[in-house]
Order: sequence, then structure tokens, then C-alpha cells
Amino acid sequence: MSYLPNGLPAPEPENDGLDKPYWDGTRRGELKVQRCKGCGTFQWGPEWICHKCLSFDLDWHKVSGKGRIYSWERPWHPVHPALQGHGPYIVVLVELPDAGNVRMLGNLLGDPRQDVPIGAEVEAVFEPHDDAKSPFTLVQWRLT
Amino acid sequence: MSKRTLRGQVAVIGIGETTYYKHGKSPVSEFKLALQAILAACKDAGIDPRKIDGFASYSNDRNDPSRLAAALGLPALRFSNMNWGGGGGGGSAAMGNAAAAVACGIADCVVVFRALAQGQFQRFGAAPPGGSATGEAALNAPYGVMSPAQRYAMRAMRFLHENRIADSAQRAIALASYHHAQSNPRAVMHGRPLTAEAYDASRWIVEPWRLFDCCMENDGAAALIVVPAERARDFGQKPAYLLGSAQGSEYRNAARGHNAPLYATSSFTTVAPQLYDMAGVKPADVDVVQSYENFTGGVLMSLVEHGFFKAEEANDFLKPENLLAPSGKLPLNTSGGNLAECYMHGLELQVEAVRQLRGQSTSQVPGAEVSMVISGPMVTPVSSMILGTEATL
Repeated sequence: MSYLPNGLPAPEPENDGLDKPYWDGTRRGELKVQRCKGCGTFQWGPEWICHKCLSFDLDWHKVSGKGRIYSWERPWHPVHPALQGHGPYIVVLVELPDAGNVRMLGNLLGDPRQDVPIGAEVEAVFEPHDDAKSPFTLVQWRLT
Repeated sequence: MSKRTLRGQVAVIGIGETTYYKHGKSPVSEFKLALQAILAACKDAGIDPRKIDGFASYSNDRNDPSRLAAALGLPALRFSNMNWGGGGGGGSAAMGNAAAAVACGIADCVVVFRALAQGQFQRFGAAPPGGSATGEAALNAPYGVMSPAQRYAMRAMRFLHENRIADSAQRAIALASYHHAQSNPRAVMHGRPLTAEAYDASRWIVEPWRLFDCCMENDGAAALIVVPAERARDFGQKPAYLLGSAQGSEYRNAARGHNAPLYATSSFTTVAPQLYDMAGVKPADVDVVQSYENFTGGVLMSLVEHGFFKAEEANDFLKPENLLAPSGKLPLNTSGGNLAECYMHGLELQVEAVRQLRGQSTSQVPGAEVSMVISGPMVTPVSSMILGTEATL
């Protein structure tokens, strides 16, 4: 059971392979971000170079999936055919303290009309879409 | 070596617009709209269209300068320029790029233009149908983040949270645009006044933005003509001189997946100081401001970052009476702007800024000498510009 209706655009790794380790990781229930082998800086979203020390030698680092809400929004107006008649939903931007406070975006599971406290602790929940043409797994968030 | 600057080197001597339509309602093609606006600007200036030798635009405008030059029978095309980036962030940058070309002698008469007929193409506020998302979109679209409002609401939400901004602050920005549109017969929302009660009762598009916090989508075109300052007085209209222009964004603004280190920003924190430095004016010298409303929260942050008030003063400053011509502290969006005149992707704001200096606005600020435009908050690159009368040179 997915949080949003089926039919929204499905994520696909980029042709150049930059984000493939991330999407491969979510399929296995692992949340990974980039980490520079040279200076240790965490980086998200993915890029080919470390923004801190300009090394190309980046690794993928598994993180705990514990985070806190940095910002949020509640879309009501459906802009995609798959959302027609669905009603409001919540999007949260979550910062990950154990990965240099990089931020990840996802939906906040639960009542779509709930109050959303900025600063609240959340944890990652993997949402597999096994029946998709190219199966993928999204990362959602729930309050802890 | 003297300071490198565009200050006082070029002037806008012609402005032109088509009729502004609701989206999808233009009776003519987008390219014809572009031509109509350009010819209207030439007529306003009293200049032969064959004197045009360059074009500047932004946001991937579809109307190619070479086709325009062929259609208009221009003797020579000398400058064709597109500012990278989406949204309306390039509106003032296109003016700056045109000015740079004219000031450096690359071209003599450059048209800055934007034309949109969204009925003939994909709308901005509706996601394209399609099966997959890659790159930045893969981190957004599967979670229901597709439209510009959805893309930027979390920037504003963080700013509102950090600075304890009241609902009335965003509302005042919407009310100011609608108020000014009521005196402007060109405005799509002319004759459709907005009350605070109607604003409060309007539906959410995406919290924290209601329907009236969001720009319209429209069809139309606008154009401005830029010439060297030494020729500015040869034409029929009072020249509007460019005092300053700046574009860009701060450190890692475009870090993917909403990872800009300074997230709660309209992207002007480094741009605005550069603008004031070139123009040689301070916020207190600015008589009237046109500030691009994609969403009211973007205007709020833009005004803070351009130094008109501090974030903690926003609730007190952003009251309708402070934002209205002729006598408000900071008359804002005096034609009705993107919310209520026309979403001409912000270029109607440049046109209105010129009108204020000529004394031709339908919501005129008496004696306006310094006129600012802020383009496309929250995207990157953004841009802003300051125009002045001859007295400011």
C-alpha cells in the first residue's frame, strides 16, 4: 500500500549512473548518501564531485534513517492526473543529523490533515513499488 | 582602473505589450504575440523596427531571435541572448544582458522580450503526463512535488516558521496587487477586486499558499527597447536609465534535493548587495518596487533580502496601507503584477517600472525617480534591477 496513488512519475536512475547506488540501496532497505573519501563530507543529492574538497573520490554511506522535520508543505490542488480526487497529502523535508544534516524529501505517513511540527523526530520507512514496470522503492517518513 | 559598471550607460526608450489574456485564450500564435509586443515598443519609442539589432530573453523563450530578425526584415542581427534558468528569475538579467551588449558596443538597439501562449504549449502549473522522473525530478515527483508551487512552498514554510510570520503578511502582498489592478484596464483581474475575507476563504493550493498567493497563468507578450544613454533623448519618451543590474544566487543554492545550505531564502542574499553597489542607491532611495509574485512568500523574502525591512519587522511592515500607491511607505506591484495584471513571466513588471519613471502608471507614485524590479524569487539564477530618471544620473 503506497501513501500516494499509483500512476505518479516513477523514479529512474539517471543515464549517467550518478544516482544508481541510491536507488539500488532503497530496493534493499538501505538508505545511502554520498560521502567524500577524502574529507569525509556528506553530500546529498548526488553529484560527481565533493563540493567541499573537489575530490572525485566519493563513496556511498549507509545512514540510520533517523531524522527530524526541517520543513513541510501540504499540497491540496492536484496537478497530476493520478492525484485527481485524492485530497491533501503531506510532504516533509527531513534533515539527517548523523549525515551532516543533509536533507531528504518524502511524504509524512499518517493522517494527511495532521499538524506537522517542524523539529519533530522521524524515521525512514521503505515503500516498495514491486509491481511497477521498473520496480523501485521510495523512502517515506513517520513520526517516532 | 575605473569601476566597471552599467550605471547610467543605457536607457529604456520604448515599452510595448499585447492585450493580456487568460491562459489558453490568445486568439493568435505565441510568435505573433512576440511580434506585436516588439512593434508596440517600437511605436512607443518612435523608432523604426529595422533599427533593432539584438534580442535578449530568458526562461527558454521559444521565439528564436533569428526567426524574429528574419520576420522583421532586420538588416543585421548582432546580439541574441538567452539567460539560463527557469521561472521568471531571468527577467531583470535579460535587461542586464541587453544593457551589457549595448554598453560594450556589441549592439546598438536591443529588444528584451517575453512571449507566452500556454494554451499552445504545456502549462507551468500542471505536471506533464508521463511515466518516469530522473535526476532532481526523481527526488520530487514520486512524492507529489511537481508544480512550481509545490517545489518552493517548503522554502517559504521554513522562513515563515523561523521568523514567526503572520498570515496577514502574505495576504497584504496579494491585496496590494489586486488593489492596483482595479485602476489598470489592461489587468486581467481589472474589475475583480479582492477582499481580506475572500482571501482568507480561498482554497489552499499548497499550504502555506492559498489560491490568491499564487500567480495567474496567462497568454501575451511584452517588450522593452534598450539603447545607449547618449541616444536616449532622441526618442519620443522620457528615458528610463539603468542604474544597476545583478543576477545569480548564493552558495550552493541549486544543491539537489532541497539541500541549499541557506534554504529559507528567495536566492537574493548575494545578488541584492551587488545590485545596490552598482546602482549607488540604498533601499530608502527606492520610490517604487515591482517584485515578481510567483507566490507571495517569495515576495516577502525578496523584500527582506533587498533590505526594505528585517524579517522580524515583516508582520508590521506588510500591511496593505504600506504597499499601496500613491502614498504607502513602499508602493508594490503598482500595475497588479503577476497576481492580478498578467503573468507575463514578470516582464510586465519591467514595463511598469518604466511607466512609473515616466509618470504614466495607472497607480502612479508622485515624483518617482528610482524604480526597482525584483525577478523570480526562490529559483536560481534570480535577478533584480534599478532604473532611474535623468535626475538620478
